Amino acid sequence: MIYETPRFLPGGDSALFVELGDAIDPELNRRVRRMHLAIEAARLTGVVEVVPAYCSLLVYYEPRRTSPEDLVAALGLLSRRAEEQEFPRPMITEVPTSYGGEHGRDLEFVAGHSGLSGEEVVHLHAGRDYLIYMLGFIPGFPYLGGMSPRISTPRLATPRAKIPAGSVGIAGNQTGIYPEESPGGWRLIGRTPLQLFHPDNKPPALLQMGDYVRFLPITDSEFRLISEQLEQGTYRLKQYAFTERVNNEGA
Amino acid sequence: MKALEVIRPGMLTTVQDSGRYGYQQYGVPVCGAVDGYAFTVANLLVGNSKGDACLEISLLGPCLRVLGDTVVAVTGADLSPTVNDSPLSMWEAVAVRCGDIISFGEPRTGCRSYLAIAGGIDVPDVMGSRSTYVRSRLGGLHGRPIRSGDSLHTGASRHPFLTGKLPRQYIPEHMAENTLRVILGPQHDRFTEKGIHTFLSSEYTVTAQADRMGCRLEGPPIEHRNGADIVSDGIPPGAVQVPANGLPIVLLADRQTTGGYTKIATVSTVDMPKVAQAQLGDRVRFSEIACSEAHQLLSEYRDTIADIKHYIRSNSQ
Repeated sequence: MIYETPRFLPGGDSALFVELGDAIDPELNRRVRRMHLAIEAARLTGVVEVVPAYCSLLVYYEPRRTSPEDLVAALGLLSRRAEEQEFPRPMITEVPTSYGGEHGRDLEFVAGHSGLSGEEVVHLHAGRDYLIYMLGFIPGFPYLGGMSPRISTPRLATPRAKIPAGSVGIAGNQTGIYPEESPGGWRLIGRTPLQLFHPDNKPPALLQMGDYVRFLPITDSEFRLISEQLEQGTYRLKQYAFTERVNNEGA
Repeated sequence: MKALEVIRPGMLTTVQDSGRYGYQQYGVPVCGAVDGYAFTVANLLVGNSKGDACLEISLLGPCLRVLGDTVVAVTGADLSPTVNDSPLSMWEAVAVRCGDIISFGEPRTGCRSYLAIAGGIDVPDVMGSRSTYVRSRLGGLHGRPIRSGDSLHTGASRHPFLTGKLPRQYIPEHMAENTLRVILGPQHDRFTEKGIHTFLSSEYTVTAQADRMGCRLEGPPIEHRNGADIVSDGIPPGAVQVPANGLPIVLLADRQTTGGYTKIATVSTVDMPKVAQAQLGDRVRFSEIACSEAHQLLSEYRDTIADIKHYIRSNSQ
């Protein structure tokens, strides 16, 4: 649910949680993002860093320059005015993804678990647009919302030691993309050649909170081609203004 | 300037500074020295700025060859540091000469030692920091712990450094039993009254599962009201996370930026060095304080750092 007024909760002596609700909900998440933009625009004295999440923000502060009381007052005022905060139009990023085979070792398992064919799983997964609720877990990792419940699959009982960067996976009713090689228990259904994080980029993460992701099925040879183009710096990322799909296929 | 050559890297020796701020919203952990006090003092002793990059040395330390006359200081855990096989006096600026061998031996007390070198360790600035985040291969020396054969460079330094040892009152003593002062929240209302009572009245033991990310404790399980899962939110340093098994984990420098487990409380900033140095089998208790008290303690802590700075400045060469 969305709270009428924000809840302020202590995060130790140098951080304060601002909770706007307690659910995973696109409207609530938009409010978090508005609040984040409002705090950044207001340049509140003593605020050093803000970490937005699904339904809350963690506001780091410098106790020599502000107090929790002053901060609560200032943030309360901002939250009442956050609706006026100008909101950038969301963008959508196409994520070319090679499904199944060596890139998506668990596609058949997900299909079996869902009582579908591999193709149907791909059709359901790529047929929707996903909201990026937040980034976390691994640098550049997007928490995506909107997956079809028909392809929900539990995590692996024993996580794999190494999952290649760019792997697209399913864990329960969530889907995500691994920005870097790491251990993990997600069911892997595909892989994108895109690089989701690079410290030299500004901002370093390819995907941004509040934007959308659309998976585009590609073949193995397209995967290799895009990888080469990325290496040579000739790949053109497909990123454009988001408009709601008329019919989220296979909903 | 080449300053040190790595002969043996030790168990986990990384370049760390005061941390990488401003990128948590992209999922980038803060990192930096786990024991902020020992790190800061090491820098001040050799005349560095308090945020210059140092080596953070865990338990089994490295063996290093000095490549040019310079000044070093070792603070934090006592991991039996030596120069050319003679004991190296800790919490003191030590002049070393080209060809000297700095080595670490048996871990005596604490977990993490800091070696500062005049001029600070010079590695590329990555997103505003020189700290190493090993998991994502970010920052530090090629994003990894140091290895045999590596050379470490330093920036230029002509700053004076302390002569003699730092006064005793500024040198923390390692205790096998510590009380960590905490501020309850953000999710303390997700625990039963009994759970909160257990947390604030029991003794917990440091387990072997302690790293730069967090320190797992063992002891009486803390009772949740209805499960340990929350909608993922941010994680401040010192957050005491309690997953479904009821056993607390104090989260440290390399913690993930967000997480989905209930956090019962947050350890006050001034008590974090105690967590940083807590060894396997050490015992901790938690005691509740108000946020205003924590701010008072933090202000005293900063006065102490200012006093140390002043003392070093007036006793330098």
